[in-house]
Formats: sequence, C-alpha cells, structure tokens
Amino acid sequence: MYYLYFIMKNLGRKKVRTILTCLSIVIAFLLFGLLRTLGSAFDQGAELAGEDRLVTINKITLIQPLPYNYLTKVKMLDTVAIATQSNWFGGYYQEPRNRFSQFAIEADDYFSIYEDLYSLPEDQMKAWKANRIGVVIGKALVDQYQWKIGDRIPLIGMFPQQGGNTTWEFEVSGIYEAKTKGAETNVMLMHYSYFDEARQYGKGTLGWMIIKVKDKNQSELVAKQVDALFANSAAETKTSSEKDFTKSFAKQFADIGFITSIILAAVFFTMLLVAGNTMTQSFRERIPELAVLKTLGFADATVMWLVLGEAIFLSVVGGLIGLLFAWLIVAGAADALAATLPGLMMTMDVLIQGLLFVILFGIVTGAIPAIQGLRLQIVTALRSRR
Amino acid sequence: MTAQAVNKSAIGSTLVELKSISKHYRKGKEKVNVLNELNLTINRGDFLALMGPSGSGKTTLLNLLGGLDKPSSGELIIGGARLDQMSNSQLTRWRAQNVGFIFQFYNLMPVLTAEKNVELPLLLTNLSSAQRKKHVAAALSLVGLSERADHYPNELSGGQEQRVAIARALVSDPQILLCDEPTGDLDRTTADEILNLLQTLNQQQGKTIVMVTHDPRAADHAKTILNMDKGRLV
Ligand SMILES: Nc1ncnc2c1ncn2[C@@H]1O[C@H](COP(=O)(O)OP(=O)(O)OP(=O)(O)O)[C@@H](O)[C@H]1O
Ligand SMILES: [Mg+2]
Repeated sequence: MYYLYFIMKNLGRKKVRTILTCLSIVIAFLLFGLLRTLGSAFDQGAELAGEDRLVTINKITLIQPLPYNYLTKVKMLDTVAIATQSNWFGGYYQEPRNRFSQFAIEADDYFSIYEDLYSLPEDQMKAWKANRIGVVIGKALVDQYQWKIGDRIPLIGMFPQQGGNTTWEFEVSGIYEAKTKGAETNVMLMHYSYFDEARQYGKGTLGWMIIKVKDKNQSELVAKQVDALFANSAAETKTSSEKDFTKSFAKQFADIGFITSIILAAVFFTMLLVAGNTMTQSFRERIPELAVLKTLGFADATVMWLVLGEAIFLSVVGGLIGLLFAWLIVAGAADALAATLPGLMMTMDVLIQGLLFVILFGIVTGAIPAIQGLRLQIVTALRSRR
Repeated sequence: MTAQAVNKSAIGSTLVELKSISKHYRKGKEKVNVLNELNLTINRGDFLALMGPSGSGKTTLLNLLGGLDKPSSGELIIGGARLDQMSNSQLTRWRAQNVGFIFQFYNLMPVLTAEKNVELPLLLTNLSSAQRKKHVAAALSLVGLSERADHYPNELSGGQEQRVAIARALVSDPQILLCDEPTGDLDRTTADEILNLLQTLNQQQGKTIVMVTHDPRAADHAKTILNMDKGRLV
C-alpha cells in the first residue's frame, strides 16, 4: 500500500511530463486495439470457410481467368459433390467510395454450395432466375444503402459492356440472409449468363471455381486431382482450401495483417522511446533519493521494483485507457462498418493480448532504469550529490 | 517511544571497534589511500565529533561505520557484529536495524510529507500501519515538529527539514546515529538548535552519536573530539 502510494507520488512529481507520457501510451494502445480488431475482422471471414470447400484459381494469379470448360471437366470427377464458379465484377455505386463486392455466379449451384451459410427465400430465387439483370443482395448492403426488392441499381463496373459502356444496370430480385453469425452479407450476386453475354472482353472464361468435395477427408486428394487435370495446359490451376483462398483474396488488395503489424511496430517503437526516455530521466533526477532509500536499509531489489513499478503503473493506466477507448470506438463504428466488416468487435483475444502488451510495455520502458537502480552504489551516488 | 528503553547501564561499554582499518580506492592503475591503519574504539553513549581538513577521510570513515561501504582491510566490529565480513545484503539489513543517518542536505523525499518521510524506515519492520503511525508521532514530537507532520519538505525551513531527518533517523530506534555535517547548511541559531537536539538525544536517550563537522562550535557540543588528517587520527 505504502509502496503504491510512493510510486504514485513519484509519478505526480512532474505532472505535465507524466500526463504527456501517459497520453502517448494511451495512443499506442488505442491504435493497438483498433488495428488488431481490424486485422482479426479480416481473419474471421477466413476461419468461417468450411474445409470441404476448395477453390481453384489460375496458377499465375487470381486475376487471370480460366476457360469455362474447366468447370465441366471438374464436375465430371466422382470425388466432387458440387462445382460452380464465380467472377469478380469490381463495381461501385455512384461514387468510387461506395465500393462493395459483386460476383457473377450461377444461382442454383452457388446457393447449394453455400447452403450452410446463406439462405434465399424460394419465391425470390424464382423471380431472380426469371430476371436477366436481376441481382440478390445481402442484409448488410440493405442496411447500408436502404435498397429493396424492385430497386434499379446502376453500377460502374471494372469491365466495359460491348460498345464500351461501363455502366451496368441491375435490379434487386431478392435479399439473402446469413445462416451463421459472421457470414458476410455484403456481396451482390448477379447472373453469370448476363455478365458473360454483355461483357466486351474475356467471354467464355470464369474467375475461379468453387468445389465441394464428397468426403472432407479427401480434400487434399481432390485438390491434386483437379490441378492434375489442367497440368501442362495453357492455364494451369492452383487449388486450395477456401480458407487459404479467402486470406489470399484479402491480400490481393492489402496484406492487412502485415500492414497493421508494421504500423503497430512503428507506433510501439516510438512510444517505447518516449516512455523509456521519461523513465530514464525521472530515474536520473532521483538517484540521490534512491541512494538514501538504500542507506535507510531498503534492499537493492526493492529499489529496482520501485523504479519498475512506476513504469508498469504508468503503462497500465495509459494502456487501459487506450484499450477502453478502442473498445468504445469499435463498438460505435460496428454498425456503420457492418457492410464492409460484418461482426466487427474487439475480441477477448485482442483484449488479452493488449493487457499482456501493457505489462510488457511497462517492463521494457522501466528495465534500464530499474537495473541501474538495482546496481546503484550508495557511496558514489551520495558523493555525486554535491 | 522505544528509544526510552535503551539500556543505560550499558553506557560506557564498547560499541564500535576499529582494528587497523584501511580503505583505498583505485583510480585506474593508481591506488588512493584514504584511510590508513585506523584504530579506534567508541563507547556506548558517546557523542563524538570528527574534525579535520577537507579530503582527510571523514565521510569515508562514517560510511564504513554505517555499513555503506566496506574497508579494504582491518576489522570493524559494531555491537558484536563483524561488518567487514558481511555481504552487501547483510549490511543492508544491519543498517536498517542499527544505524540512523543524518546528512548535510537532509535528503528527505520531496514527494512525501514529513510524516511519510519518518515512516519510511519502519516499512522495513513488521510493525502494523497503526503501530507505525504511533512511532512516527512519537519521533516527530521528540524533535518538536508534531504540528508539521503533514507538511512537505519544500514547505519547511532548513532547520525543520533537518529535524524531520533526525526523526527519520531515530524512528527505528538505532544504536548509533551518524551525522555528516548536520549543521553545514544552517545558520548559527538554527545550527545550535539542531546541536542541542542531538545533545539531548545523546544525554536523555543514550544514543551514541558520531558527527562529522568543520565547525569548532558544533564540536563543542560533543563529549569527545577527534581530529583526522590524511586518513589518520591525530
Ligand atoms: N569513490 C572514490 N574514488 C576515488 N577517491 C575517492 C572516492 N571516495 C573518496 N575518495 C577520496 O578520498 C578522500 C577522502 O574523501 P572524504 O569524502 O572521506 O573526505 P572528507 O574528509 O569527508 O572531506 P570533506 O570535508 O570535504 O567532506 C578524498 O581525497 C576523495 O577524493
Ligand atoms: Mg565529507
């Protein structure tokens, strides 16, 4: 108790300096909370993907399409339950900042392969199939754009239609819902038949294949089978689990995990210097006092703990405030970001990691002065007093 | 106050014994001899003033007596304990129980009130918080500063700060008080007050005191005066 009081008193000695240092720690852990939450939100989609689903892409890169007849060949394998395909449309609504995912797919096969994740009312499915330019959208998109069935939605696409027009007109035929929490509903699905017929380039190709295997345990074997089918052809394939695919898909645009790690590393490095410097400075100013404590009979280790305790205390206070703010911001932004990052929330993992980092941060910033405190020689320290 | 319980019948018996104590420092290759073959006996209840020119080794000797430093050679016995043979952590524990230090610049913790400063040495005992408070109050009243208990050092005069320092040195009831120029930073009147206080502690509490001083008038308050020069007693 007395020691804690003493530590707090010492921190209060230079209030402005302590508050500024504490603020820098708050910011470091605020960023930590936000960025780690963002990173794990991207991972979350990846973990949901079932192991019995495989994805086949062009071996060179995801952007390279595959001939459509590949799908016919894959469907003939007797280890395959369902096979279908999907295409990246890459459009936006009105302004480039209104970007979301659109896939061109084949309705029946697509929904049966994702039966465990998504549901679409039968009548809507029927209406959709009857409408050439029909699309179905997920709940998240409904929430974000307030679209409803029957709405006409023009999208600016990445690929031109025949004649060079890049504006594509769609009509909402249905709204699909997620069956499990965390399944993303921020995708618009359009008919492949319409997409392929209307587009100017790349006719008769598909973006990637999605394969559901008959036996989960044979996934690896099936992946090899598929890739063997197209070995030594003009477009070789790479088949992996959907989990890996989702991850590499996200990495197409940005390696989120890597970027957040880099930013965090930079932030923490800077803040370590700031806080470490404060600790060293405040230690230096107190050398004679610490020597007096030793004179009075306080053990070397006690003096070390007093110095280290100060660093840890500051880090814990700043860190907890930072994490709390991060949690509040994430909670506040969750709804607004539901379309892009569904199910956004600060997980227990992030929180526990944050708390460990808080302690670690304190130990690292206090380590050097603490060791100097441990080794401080009374006689020399008192002599330097004059 | 437990200080009252000091066994006065023990006064006059040997408390400190230095047998051919030497201390040298190494400065690179050079060996600096600071104390040379010192022999000295201090009796319980003595009030010793240690005088001598600057650099004669007074502080060094005081540091040895307080277990802050170890002699290079010789025997150092205080209250039956062989300080020269103790490890650093043994010395630390010994200091907590046996010595009170009083410095020229008071050396109080600026972030703590007078009361909390005096309480510091008691953290190293098994006393409860309530018991500690009692001891602190007794020590502060002994130095006449009860009213300033909740003042911070920068709210006190130099003389008052030194009284707090004396209370801190006394509170754990040590056998011996070591003072390094305790009045060096004070004016004449205040210095006399502090010296009278030390004298009272010596006479009424039976505290053994070793005081380093440059001031002959301060030394007059002591029972014994010793002079040092170039690491020897003269
Ligand atoms: N750590 C050290 N390393 C080298 N020399 C030292 C060390 N400590 C003390 N000395 C030397 O020992 C000598 C005695 O120092 P000490 O502080 O004991 O003198 P003093 O009598 O207390 O002097 P003053 O009256 O000025 O306080 C001095 O010459 C000093 O330079
Ligand atoms: Mg000196």
